[in-house]
Amino acid sequence: MSMNVIETSGLGKRYGSTWALRACTLAVPRGRVAALVGPNGAGKTTLLNLVAGLAEPAAGAVTVLGGLPAGSSAALDGIAFVAQDTPLYKNLSAADMLHLTASLNRRFDHHYAQARLGELSIPLNRKAGKLSGGQQAQLALTLALARRPRLLVLDEPVAMLDPVARHDFMATVLTAAADDGVSVVLSSHALAELERVADYLILLSLGRVQMAGEVDDLIASHRMLTGPAAEAGKYADRPVVHVRRGTAQAHLLVRATADDPVPPGWESHPVGLEELTLAYLREPGATALPGPVRGRHIQPSGVTR
Amino acid sequence: MTALTMPARPARDARLRPVPWRRMAWVTWRQHRAALCGVAVFLGALAMYLWLTGLQMHHSYATACHPVGSLACTFIFTGRYHITEIIVSIFLQVVPALIGAFVGAPVLARELETGTFRYAWTQGIGRLRWTIGKLVLLAVALVAAAAAFSVLFSWYDQPFAAAGYAIPFSARVFDLREVAFPAWTLAVFAIGVLAGTLIRRVVPAIAATLAVYAGLALVTALYLRQHYLTPLLTSKVNLPGSAWVVSHWYTKGGKFAFGAHGPQIVSAVRKLCSGGTSGLSPAQCLTQHGYTQWASYQPGSRFWPFQLIEGGWLLALSVLLIATTVWLVRRRAA
Repeated sequence: MSMNVIETSGLGKRYGSTWALRACTLAVPRGRVAALVGPNGAGKTTLLNLVAGLAEPAAGAVTVLGGLPAGSSAALDGIAFVAQDTPLYKNLSAADMLHLTASLNRRFDHHYAQARLGELSIPLNRKAGKLSGGQQAQLALTLALARRPRLLVLDEPVAMLDPVARHDFMATVLTAAADDGVSVVLSSHALAELERVADYLILLSLGRVQMAGEVDDLIASHRMLTGPAAEAGKYADRPVVHVRRGTAQAHLLVRATADDPVPPGWESHPVGLEELTLAYLREPGATALPGPVRGRHIQPSGVTR
Repeated sequence: MTALTMPARPARDARLRPVPWRRMAWVTWRQHRAALCGVAVFLGALAMYLWLTGLQMHHSYATACHPVGSLACTFIFTGRYHITEIIVSIFLQVVPALIGAFVGAPVLARELETGTFRYAWTQGIGRLRWTIGKLVLLAVALVAAAAAFSVLFSWYDQPFAAAGYAIPFSARVFDLREVAFPAWTLAVFAIGVLAGTLIRRVVPAIAATLAVYAGLALVTALYLRQHYLTPLLTSKVNLPGSAWVVSHWYTKGGKFAFGAHGPQIVSAVRKLCSGGTSGLSPAQCLTQHGYTQWASYQPGSRFWPFQLIEGGWLLALSVLLIATTVWLVRRRAA
């Protein structure tokens, strides 16, 4: 049975008179590592706060884990959220943070948490505020995973980390996803990193969903065509996402598969996720969305609050 | 509801059973133990002082005040203890404010200021239980400590009251007594919690709490308290020392003449009794000339009803403020 860990329909959030997120309709299937990308101010944090139940929608609806209203106690029970800058109580020791998180949740895997902190050589009696940035992030992640969540939501988890800490952090996330079947949604600026970890991509731009889908599908449905710059204009009628012109050659990112015919004088190459994402980020008008999402669990609702 | 009428879905019910309230006890203690220990040390030091000086005063009263009006008794209680008692009781006025503000204001303000609410409010217990659990436990702890302290203060003040130097209704001691003191502590805590939620920063929230407390305490002592019950009216001149005279005036021929203080009575006495050189007191002078002296007052027997009224409205206010805080937390957007 397929289940969506996140489903939104017409979701919107407004701060004052600005819409941080609007008309957002998504369905993220279970068992994915979904990357949420987009420029600053695109609404990534807003979307994740709505999913975690920290914020209330101004329009539309959001459900998680197969139809639970975001923020309900069943939803909170199944989702572990690590917010931006991994907030921890700086004056509590790592051991206290474990005890605190265990007290605040129905499940908590002490063995797992202690084993992980041991592997990371994070001393249990050290205050959270005295740990390095990488250790704080790892502690926050360990607390989240020891709750045995079905969905792990990470907001910019590696933004402040050095490359080694970043690699270690993502390795922990991927292990949890692979071994325990935890679904993961993470927002990030680090596009190169995502190529390695993500199998589902959501691209937000100016508060709207610009691209969403399985990474494999997105890659398979786009090609990079390279040919003489003088002929680039000929393809105006084709679904071209982005054009990059050199002096002699032009590179066209088009919506096409490997089987589609290639014009004479042009070469067709597969695209990488980073290349694809950058092309869409440079063309905020272009969209690549799956067909209408069947929101089984979402009742249409008008503007609330 | 019996098991027969309920659909049998034990697995699902077990899954949805919320995190128990009692877990908040350790959480609250661990996160606020520094503040609570601070309160304990602060009140403990003050209690030690009250205990030691109280013992001396009780001893002096037992040895010197038979009868109460004796010269030795008067000498000891006006000379030796009076100033101390005044300073102590004035200083103690700020205690509920300090305790309430320093414990109450940071509870939510610190979470909002440092961003840790994003951790706390996404745990399985949910923000509602987290908030209510914390606030109720802290409120109960503060009220218990304050109540114990006020019992000690009442004991400390007892010889003073018995010797006739502390009127129970005096603004200086009324809100340090058994009901009012914990009630004020609770109210300041509730003000602090709400201020912290609205202002979202610890230090400004503490400052705002102290300012609001000062205003409320002043208005209560100067204007509100005397109206808790309708004052009694008397034309008898001599009221017992425990009575609280709310106002005092003169009438002539059944009509209001003037208040007992102010320029009018001074000029009247000057005119009627040649400037007070006749050897009569102003009251005697005015009575001789057909004026009647009136007083509205709260009798000493109303002390406990007044304590309960003050405790009652402060409790209602606190519950309202805490409920507002819970409501704000519930709907607060991140």
